[in-house]
Formats: sequence, structure tokens, C-alpha cells
Amino acid sequence: MNDLASAFATALGLILSLDPGVLAVVSLSLRVSLAALILAALLGLPLGALLAVARFPGRGGVITLMNALMGLPPVVVGLLIYLLLSRSGPLGSLGLLFTPSAMIIAQAVLIAPILAALTRQVLEGMWEEYAEQLRSFGAGPWRAVPTLLWDGRFMLLTVLLAGFGRAAAEVGAVMVVGGNIEGFTRVMTTAIALETSKGDLPLALALGLVLMAIVFGVNALAQGVRGVASRWAG
Amino acid sequence: MRAPESILPLRAEGLGFSAGGVEILRDVALKIEAGAPTLLIGANGAGKSVLLRLLHGLLAPSAGCVFWACASDKAARHQAMVFQRPVLLRRSVLANTLYPLKLAGLPREACLARAEEALALVGLADRVQDPARRLSVGQQQRLALARAAALQPELLFLDEPSASLDPAATRAVEEIVLTLARRGTKIVMTTHDLAQARRLAGDVVFLHRGRVLEQAPAEAFFQEPATEIARAFLRGELVW
Repeated sequence: MNDLASAFATALGLILSLDPGVLAVVSLSLRVSLAALILAALLGLPLGALLAVARFPGRGGVITLMNALMGLPPVVVGLLIYLLLSRSGPLGSLGLLFTPSAMIIAQAVLIAPILAALTRQVLEGMWEEYAEQLRSFGAGPWRAVPTLLWDGRFMLLTVLLAGFGRAAAEVGAVMVVGGNIEGFTRVMTTAIALETSKGDLPLALALGLVLMAIVFGVNALAQGVRGVASRWAG
Repeated sequence: MRAPESILPLRAEGLGFSAGGVEILRDVALKIEAGAPTLLIGANGAGKSVLLRLLHGLLAPSAGCVFWACASDKAARHQAMVFQRPVLLRRSVLANTLYPLKLAGLPREACLARAEEALALVGLADRVQDPARRLSVGQQQRLALARAAALQPELLFLDEPSASLDPAATRAVEEIVLTLARRGTKIVMTTHDLAQARRLAGDVVFLHRGRVLEQAPAEAFFQEPATEIARAFLRGELVW
């Protein structure tokens, strides 16, 4: 109990003193997860919107597959990206393994299906409502994709926040492809895992607190966005 | 006098529509010419809304054909439709009105000028920046009318535009409809409200159980309908 209390006190000290080691880890975490989010959004949002409006044979199968991919274990994603990027792998010549780039790719692969599946869910109902009116205007499904993405912007922002939360909180993928190299590929989650096993509980706890604060902040933001959304959705 | 490039008259021949094995419209023939509003009347379930969607091209007929006085892609660009429940985009009042204009490829200034003119026509000029879906039901329907009117269609389909509105909002909608008709837009409108049909109609198409029983000038139809079913309908009896 005393251990926990003193660890907590040291942890707070580390955060409040803006310890450079902690700051470096936090900032890399945020940069990697944000870059992964942008990459995944560029793919996932249009794909989800397209699935919401398109009708083709096998569509149900694609949706099922995407929903299943939402539950991809991060460590398996890490393994797959590892195999692709390792020296003897198909993309080995790029020399990306154990770099932040590899971590960004792994997290993007992890959350792109989540973004696509949630986007599809959010926009499908809207498309049912809009379809007849848009066709009356002469807009087909292709033209509807940007319209739906724009009209769903507030709901999609909460989708993006969910994706960001998932990326920032996962440990398996970045551990496998990043290697948890201090000062280079060490992020909050991998640092927490390492410091805990080493017994440096204050540092692990400090990073854990920051991670929690970020997750809470993201959720509060999502809540606020839903408020704005309801004003426009009516 | 009609411009030579008019999309009207519109003719339907042998038009039929079935969905899921249920025949909704059968052997519909009618001709819609430029001029005063054409009102499609009949009981609920007579097939009025389906007929409107077939004419507008939202549904493909199971039988028969719709003929325009010009190429059908050109006809599609000169018609618009307003639905019973307005479908408004999650954008501002102005952005809603601009949307179909931009889609039609009009230059920016023309879009803005037309949108503002149309919004003034329906009395929403002071609400341009409001979220469209926050408007009252009546205002939403007026916005839907403005959005269609801004396209300056030659032909405007209205599907029960005042069915869910109170008398004041209904009156506002009817005034807009009459204004558009006076400006030369051909109105084709469904209603199950006989009093409304009397107020607006230039001619009447009477539907019963998926068939067109009568098409006649409004005055003639209301004074002396040709069929017993129409007479019963006008007396306010329950026909279905």
C-alpha cells in the first residue's frame, strides 16, 4: 500500500516536472497514433461510405469481414507487418522495421477496418434517408459519397476519436514492429509494459496516468461533438 | 405559346408497376401538358405516390413507358420533386438550397442568386444560416420547395406536400405552389385533400386501385365526374 502511494507521488512528480523522458515518450505516442489515424482515415472513411451506398453481390460478405477485422488482435497485426517489413520480407528493402514508420503502418492497419466499419454503420442510415432525394437531384451513389461524408462529419469525428483511442492504447503491434527502442520507438504503452516488468513502477504509473488522461480527454471531446451533431442532425 | 425545346407534354402509356408480386399500378395512360397544376387525387393506396415516382424516374415501370417531348436525359434536368416528408441535408438552409444548383453545374454567382431568390420567395430569407433540420415542419417543407424552385424546373412534382402540416403551413405551401404555377412551372401534385384539389387544380387525374379512372379539367370533374366511383369519392364516401 505504501509502495503504491509513493509510486503515485513519484509519478505525479514526473508528470508535473515535465520530465524530458516522459515527454519524449508521450510525444512519440501521439505522433505515431495521429499519423496512423490520418493514414487509416484516408482509406477507411471513403471505403466505409462507398460500402454504405454501393449494392453489389458479395456486399454482405465484405461487411461481415470488415466487422470481424474490427476485432483484429494488435499483436497479430504486428506480426503480419513484421513479416512484410523484415529484411527477408517483400518490403524488407525499405528498411522500415523498428522505426516509427513501421509503427504507424501497423496501427493504421489495425484501425482502418474499425474506421471503415463504423463509417459504414453511421452513413448507411443516412443514405437510406437521402437516396431518393439525391437521385431526384441527379446524384448517383458515387456523387453521394462526398455528400454523406460531409453530412456525417460530426458523427464521423466520434468515429475518428474511437480509432485514435484504439491506436493510442494498443501495445502489441507497436511492440512487435517498433521494438521498444529507447528514445526512438518507445511509446507510452510499450514503456509501461517494460517499466512494469523492470519494476520501475513510478515511471510506468506516470505514463499510465498520462495515457488515461488522453483517453478521457478524447472521450470528453467525443461527447461534446455529439452535442454539436444533434444540433445539426435535428 | 410553348418554347420549342419544352420537355412537355409528358405522356404515359400502359404504365404498370408491381412490387413483391403486388400490382400497384395497372395500364395507366395519361398526358400532362403545360399550364395550370395537374392534381392526382384518390384514396390512400390508390397509387398516387408510385405514379409520381414512375413519372419522375425514381422507379422503373414493370410495364409501359413514359414519353417526354425531348430526350429523356434533358427532361431529367428540367424537373424536380418535393417529397411528403422533406429530406433536408444536415447543413444550413442556404447550403441545402445551393446543393442541387452546384450539382447541376451552375456557376457560383448564379447559384447564390437563385438560392437567395428562392428562399425569399418562401419567406426563409432571414434563416439562411440556420441548421435546416432545426426548422419547424412547415418551414422545412417551404425550404424543400425553395430548393426545388431554385432549380427553375419546367415541371415540378409534389407528393402530398402539405399532408403533415397545420392549416397555416398548408396555406403557405399552397401560396408558393400557385406562385410557381403562375411563373410558368408546371405543377403535378398528389393530394388526398379534395378541398385542396379544388383550390389548386387546373385538371385532375383520378386514381382508384392503381388505375386512372378519369382525367378531366378540374371544373368538369368536380361538377360532373364521369364515373360512379369518382362521384362517391367526391361525396366523401369511403372508396378504396
